[in-house]
Amino acid sequence: MTKTYPKASRPSLDNVSVSIEKGEFVFFIGPSGSGKSTIIKMLLHEVAPNKGRVVVNGKDVTSMRSWKRPHFRRSIGCVFQDFRLLPNRTAYENVAFALEVIGKTKAVARRVVPEVLELVGLGGKEHRYPHELSGGEQQRVAVARAFVNRPLILLADEPTGNLDPDTSIEIMRLLDRINRTGTTVVMVTHDSNIVNQMRRRVVEIESGRIVRDQARGVYG
Amino acid sequence: MRVKYVLSEVLVGLWRNVTMSIAMIITMAVSLTMLGASGLMYRQVDDMKDLYYKNIEVSIFLTQEVTEQERTDLQTKLDSDPLVKDVLYVNKDEAYKRFKEMYQDAPDLVNAVKPDQLPEAFRLKLNNPEQYKNVYDQYKDTAGVEEIIDQSRLLDKIFNILTSIQNIALAAAIVMAIAALLLVANTIQVAAYSKRREVAVMKLVGASNWFIQAPFVLEAVVAGLIGSLLGLVALVAAKYLLFDGSLSALQGLLSPITWGDILFIFPLMAGVGGLVSAGTAWITLRFYLRV
Repeated sequence: MTKTYPKASRPSLDNVSVSIEKGEFVFFIGPSGSGKSTIIKMLLHEVAPNKGRVVVNGKDVTSMRSWKRPHFRRSIGCVFQDFRLLPNRTAYENVAFALEVIGKTKAVARRVVPEVLELVGLGGKEHRYPHELSGGEQQRVAVARAFVNRPLILLADEPTGNLDPDTSIEIMRLLDRINRTGTTVVMVTHDSNIVNQMRRRVVEIESGRIVRDQARGVYG
Repeated sequence: MRVKYVLSEVLVGLWRNVTMSIAMIITMAVSLTMLGASGLMYRQVDDMKDLYYKNIEVSIFLTQEVTEQERTDLQTKLDSDPLVKDVLYVNKDEAYKRFKEMYQDAPDLVNAVKPDQLPEAFRLKLNNPEQYKNVYDQYKDTAGVEEIIDQSRLLDKIFNILTSIQNIALAAAIVMAIAALLLVANTIQVAAYSKRREVAVMKLVGASNWFIQAPFVLEAVVAGLIGSLLGLVALVAAKYLLFDGSLSALQGLLSPITWGDILFIFPLMAGVGGLVSAGTAWITLRFYLRV
């Protein structure tokens, strides 16, 4: 597929074709502006390619109508570099919010949220506000929120970008554990340490083209 | 739970920006009061037209030196005229009697006038009062006719004044509505901005569009409905203080405004207030949240 942003001199993604199997763990690496984030945006149906198709969970979403987007997004979890937590809500409330706004009852939230907070290693810190948590803990809350609805795919856009190396490793262990439950994990990063340690599939993008796609790759 | 969530968001939203909410409600109230007033006047003017035009008369005054022949000719002509419903001949004595009645408060005037000085006349009722002009053209040059006077011309002047008051009220309603609309748009933008983080998360996790929009749209609708309630209060006060108070002397002239009329106009005000707010909020959100 190809994506050219208006006013851009060259395509952000130029004739890129990549297929990710269910349950895979894939790194997209490359320098800033190489087009990695555009891939995430396409998977989220935030932007559409100018040419080519985007198929997610076996469904062609290239020309999906925007009113179908909310439902589509419920099958995808998302984690970002800047956590995107709600500052006036506790860890528990942040995760529960994600459930309640898609129509789940409070009873469901009471059952599921403590479970997932336990899973990400935040047991006992449910009632802390984001500013009372460390960066790593905040990212754990974000992961819990992304995972609480048991999505088929977890997208992570530089999830360790704001974290120190040790904390980053912990977050990676967490993502690995989530991957083992059968969730496909797609992670965009330029953290070479992490890529080298994980030894998972690596897709390298440069200037909008795939220059490498390696099964148990390193950062290069 | 979701309904409760949405409603509490609406209240929080109105309270968060309370000065703006008050400004929005006041402009909305003024606009809707004007709208309601002009709606009431519309009915009022209609009622009055019915009432007055039904009883309207065209008077054909005859010259002092009219002959017997001319008078009977005119009478036959009028009797067979399809425009004319009723013809009543008023001779000098009857005219004088009416004149005395009409000016009984001014005996000097009555004493100064002799029955002889008053013209004989035909009083006509027309099938359609608006065809006065045709009647006028037809008889103005007939022998023995001095002058043709149509009451509806006087009434037209009164109704023109009422219609222009009504138009002014409507114009004021529209101008205020534009102000209210801009305030709604601004309030919604501020509200959307202050909730941008929540909205971003909701979009990300796949909350449905209506669920994201509902609190904002309802916030505007609630403000619109409160505005229309205030408008209702203003109209009730206007009836109580103006029509039943200082203007009650004109009661015989103006057809009365009933409580029923006001209650009848309220759904219109509430509907316009609610729909305009909802529409504005929704369009603002489409641009601002792109949901």
